[in-house]
Amino acid sequence: MSVLTSGEFWAFVGVVAGIYTLFTLGLQVQFGLAGLLNFGQVGFMAIGAYTMAILVAKEGWSMWVATPVAIAAAALAGVLVGLPTLRLRGDYFAIVTIAFSEIVRWVATNENGLTGGAQGTINLAGQGTAAQYNGQWERFQRWVGAQLHVGDKDVVMLILVWTAALLLVWLTARLARTPWGRVLRAIREDEDATASLGKHVLAYRLQALALGAALAGLAGCVYAWQFSFFSPDDYQPLITFFGWMILILGGVGRVWAVPVGALVFGFLFAATRFFDFAPFSYLDSADRAYVRLMLIGLVIILLVVFRPQGLLGRRDEMVLE
Amino acid sequence: MFTQLLVNGLVTGSVYAIAAVGISLVYGILRLVNFAYGDMMTFGAFAGYFANATLGLPMIASAVFAMVAGAVLSVALDVVLWRPLRLRRAGFMGLFLASIGVALVLRQAILLVWGPQPRAYDVDPFKVYVIGDVRLSLAQVATIVAAAAAILVIGLFLARTTTGRVMRAMSDDRALAQVSGIDVDRVVVVTWIISGVAAGLAGVLAALVQSSFDPNFGFQLLLPVFAAVVLGGIGSAYGALAGGLVLGVATELSTWEGFGGGVDPVYKPVVAFVVLIVALLLRPQGLFGHARTV
Repeated sequence: MSVLTSGEFWAFVGVVAGIYTLFTLGLQVQFGLAGLLNFGQVGFMAIGAYTMAILVAKEGWSMWVATPVAIAAAALAGVLVGLPTLRLRGDYFAIVTIAFSEIVRWVATNENGLTGGAQGTINLAGQGTAAQYNGQWERFQRWVGAQLHVGDKDVVMLILVWTAALLLVWLTARLARTPWGRVLRAIREDEDATASLGKHVLAYRLQALALGAALAGLAGCVYAWQFSFFSPDDYQPLITFFGWMILILGGVGRVWAVPVGALVFGFLFAATRFFDFAPFSYLDSADRAYVRLMLIGLVIILLVVFRPQGLLGRRDEMVLE
Repeated sequence: MFTQLLVNGLVTGSVYAIAAVGISLVYGILRLVNFAYGDMMTFGAFAGYFANATLGLPMIASAVFAMVAGAVLSVALDVVLWRPLRLRRAGFMGLFLASIGVALVLRQAILLVWGPQPRAYDVDPFKVYVIGDVRLSLAQVATIVAAAAAILVIGLFLARTTTGRVMRAMSDDRALAQVSGIDVDRVVVVTWIISGVAAGLAGVLAALVQSSFDPNFGFQLLLPVFAAVVLGGIGSAYGALAGGLVLGVATELSTWEGFGGGVDPVYKPVVAFVVLIVALLLRPQGLFGHARTV
């Protein structure tokens, strides 16, 4: 169990939880506020990460320009996906968004010239040259570390990710209390009634979808910096399901529940990797990976059955009238 | 080339159609989008593998074994999970998430038992029938025959038997069906049995057609099958059949050179979704759905 006492391990868990906070915050805006069943969130994350990496590594853009463009690209993708599909009923929308995220992954896997293909970003600049997109980020990280007198790279990352995450959580919580947030909740509760008050339902939903997609795009950029490399396989639909699990775990409709859910999930997910006591010690490492995902599946099922409102949420969000 | 692609499309579409009916019937009765269905198909394929390779049964008996195993699994899941959730009045979100949980558990369990390596049934992969300029493998012929039989049986069941009519009535208007004195619990069990049998059959047929399969293959089939369900109109069984065949044929034909040079075959899965999105733009309720429920 020595790993559980190492600061490096906890910094890693914290960074992963911070990235999931950004990712799930987008789902909170879309579902918690607007009632949109977006099950393709990972597609927006992939668009953010790939746009940033391609602009920096292939086009030679500065990271400080490429990142806002990448976030805008994710938001634009949200608008483009939403325009034809937001008129659909919720369950149709859920399925179409999963399809969207799979199309993104499919394109990223097969368009070698654009994305580096299945081998990932290392192949961005073509065979034989190892492409890199995070040199500028690492210089920034070292600079922040020097300012704060923190030597450890992981701890600097932890501080940066959580500063951004908590700031955005705070802004989102503020946003939920504005007239804009109230209209979104009204649409979620009764679309026809809100439309009859002269609110443009589709426009509000598009804005919520795009805002959530932008947050996923940012999560994608941070993920890319943290791991210095990514491939289409990092954007499996499973990631979206993890996000939904965090959302439910924390509590739907409660913005501050997102970081709580993400921390609990990050611990569950990362810590089970290091379970080395019985009965886990009887399994080889591949089997252990299966058992881990199985446990996560079980946690999702048990949550839905026994605590559909999550740790901090309200029960009426998840139950039929 | 065109006829060959058309026939290939009918083969793929038959598999989609059977699976899509299994998903659509359950949605119609229970309002459950069953995300675990792909992994139930995988389970069926591996149950068939167990009968075929481990027990040494012939392929037809193995397929029947897989269908029974699928039905047992799906009724068992209803008893331990879906029924308690119904009693707790779980909403659409809760049911959908729980089915994602089931999908994860099921797939990992299959990986634990059978391992990640690809498997194949004990059939002759080189036996080919030639009809005109169309070449069909034994597996493709078996799939078309089995699917035609299954579609006929399901269609007759829904149209002619009392239980079938009751199921359609329930999926059209649940409250009205209930006040007419329909035994809801019995209908639910019958629905799960049909859905499980369809999962077993679709799993075995899909595995036969692609000749080798691994524990992830059902999940990869799930999205085009969902596309077929949505295309037909969620909850409409006839729509699901039609949606499956249309998508199967459309994806295969998209690679035909006569069709603007043809789409690169790696993008075949994407074609299904493009067809779906275009169709939904024209008819948001799906081909067979009711406009009022959208």
